[in-house]
Amino acid sequence: MHQPGDLDVTRRGVLMGTAATIALTAGSFPVPAEAAIGDAAPQQTLTPVTSTVSFTVNGRDHDLTLDTRTTLLDALREQLHVTGPKKGCDHGQCGACTVLVDGRRINSCLSLAVMHQGDSITTIEGLGMPDRMHPMQAAFVKHDGYQCGYCTPGQICSAVAVLKEIEAGIPSHVSADLMAAPKLTADELRERMSGNICRCGAYSNIVDAITEVAGREA
Amino acid sequence: MKPFSYERAGSPAEAAAAAVRTPGAKFIAGGTNLLDLMKLEIETPVHLIDVNGLSLDKVEPTPDGALRIGALVRNTDLAADERVRRDYGVLSRALLAGASGQLRNKATTAGNLLQRTRCPYFYDTAQPCNKRRPGSGCAAIGGFSRQLAVIGGSEACIATHPSDMAVAMRVLDAAVETVRPDGAARSIPIAEFHRLPGDTPHIETVLEPGELITAVTLPRPVGGTHIYHKVRDRASYAFALVAVAAVVQPDGSGRVALGGVAHKPWRVEAAEAEMPKGAKAVTAQLLAGAKPTPENAFKLPLVERTLGSVLAEAKG
Ligand SMILES: Cc1cc2nc3c(=O)[nH]c(=O)nc-3n(C[C@H](O)[C@H](O)[C@H](O)COP(=O)(O)OP(=O)(O)OC[C@H]3O[C@@H](n4cnc5c(N)ncnc54)[C@H](O)[C@@H]3O)c2cc1C
Ligand code: SF4
Ligand code: FES
Ligand code: FES
Repeated sequence: MHQPGDLDVTRRGVLMGTAATIALTAGSFPVPAEAAIGDAAPQQTLTPVTSTVSFTVNGRDHDLTLDTRTTLLDALREQLHVTGPKKGCDHGQCGACTVLVDGRRINSCLSLAVMHQGDSITTIEGLGMPDRMHPMQAAFVKHDGYQCGYCTPGQICSAVAVLKEIEAGIPSHVSADLMAAPKLTADELRERMSGNICRCGAYSNIVDAITEVAGREA
Repeated sequence: MKPFSYERAGSPAEAAAAAVRTPGAKFIAGGTNLLDLMKLEIETPVHLIDVNGLSLDKVEPTPDGALRIGALVRNTDLAADERVRRDYGVLSRALLAGASGQLRNKATTAGNLLQRTRCPYFYDTAQPCNKRRPGSGCAAIGGFSRQLAVIGGSEACIATHPSDMAVAMRVLDAAVETVRPDGAARSIPIAEFHRLPGDTPHIETVLEPGELITAVTLPRPVGGTHIYHKVRDRASYAFALVAVAAVVQPDGSGRVALGGVAHKPWRVEAAEAEMPKGAKAVTAQLLAGAKPTPENAFKLPLVERTLGSVLAEAKG
């Protein structure tokens, strides 16, 4: 790659360098909005805004000062270096970023960190570590519920929440009777886990792992 | 994402007033649609008003036997509410057919009603789109239109409304309650809440600037068999190609609304007189005047067949 001081800078290199500089600047300094691509947004000077938020992650308190645009996923990964939750799509379409907030599973990529004041957040690290695994983690290992492992932290957080949702009587799309207690069938688990995509296709082993844990709890 | 300032609203009236005070402000509830669109700079609010602290998260019976659903009730909680499961099953079914467990845990009643279209060109900021940038044209007309509307569209836009929940609310004759920036409250029948695109597809509802949704009210239960059939490209976690919400009475009469076919939940009350005659007769009236594209003409027979299976299921 060409360094800024290189003498044999090509025209293409100059153009690319300029574009990269603009892109970097836009993230960190107030710049006038360029003619909006997406919207009929008014022309104005936009300055990044910071805000403070306090929440706990896996039992530890954190007080953060963040750019308001920071998602919960980025706050966890980039600020707190809690890298269990993964960024797959960043648009709510894959489930790799699933964490538990006050016990409920959500996509941390579609949630602003500043909106979690006072919340208690649990990531895969908070469920268990290699020396003291959560039963769901142990079952995933036993049943080979993964291949590359990228989706796994999200799958396991989701699976733990799914069993609680069934216990709480929350119905699903495949529950035959809305008034009856939901059943612990493979069909139910598949439907309830559909928000977690696995590109390696470990689905059937994932269902086996969850079924084993559910059977033990029942 | 463009920078924005952020505040937590203290009361519904304050939230509505704050929204008009700052030009370019938006409410944020679950954030599952707004943040998605902000990342793509399709939505570019300069100020976000967080409405999550407004205590609008309860489902309560009203003195006259209706059920009032707070604007902030999460889709998961609404689908699981015992009264909704028992008396308004079509609503539970529609909610459970939408999105994923994680998303339903965040998605709210108001946010779901106001979610924006999934037209692929609305998402592609390199393409013209009258909804995203008024006056720029419509790339979908003559483009990939398989998912788009077959009825009620215009020369300007053929997008569909993507909500499942709203289709069930339409069949249940729900009303949307709001508070305006001057503090005045009003109730809008769901039939009038969403607009057809006409030549202003960027204006999607009758809400005025700053108007905040506080609740959705379902009238007294009407009995009957409640069914929601959603047809999609995969069995779960996908938007509808076609959806049918129906409440069918033992004598074969009933109500029906469609999702996935128009810019709003599609219901034609006059077509419901044909229900005892079967799906063909109802569909003929429901979709009279339909203008499908060659790519989405399949939706017409699909509606008829889906309704046919709904009516067969209702007979038991
Ligand atoms: C991958 C994916 C798949 C999905 N699949 C489906 C599906 O199959 N079926 C389906 O129906 N939906 C689906 N959805 C959409 C989902 O249902 C919506 O994103 C959700 O309902 C929006 O609710 P929210 O509370 O998160 O809204 P937000 O994103 O917070 O807000 C949406 C809009 O509503 C406005 N708003 C919020 N609250 C109020 C209020 N009280 N008064 C006035 N305005 C308000 C906001 O300003 C914003 O414009 C899917 C979403 C994703 C990401
Ligand atoms: S159909 Fe509507 S949303 Fe889609 S490109 Fe055309 S104007 Fe935009
Ligand atoms: S990264 Fe959040 S759902 Fe894909
Ligand atoms: S294990 Fe590789 S994506 Fe699921």
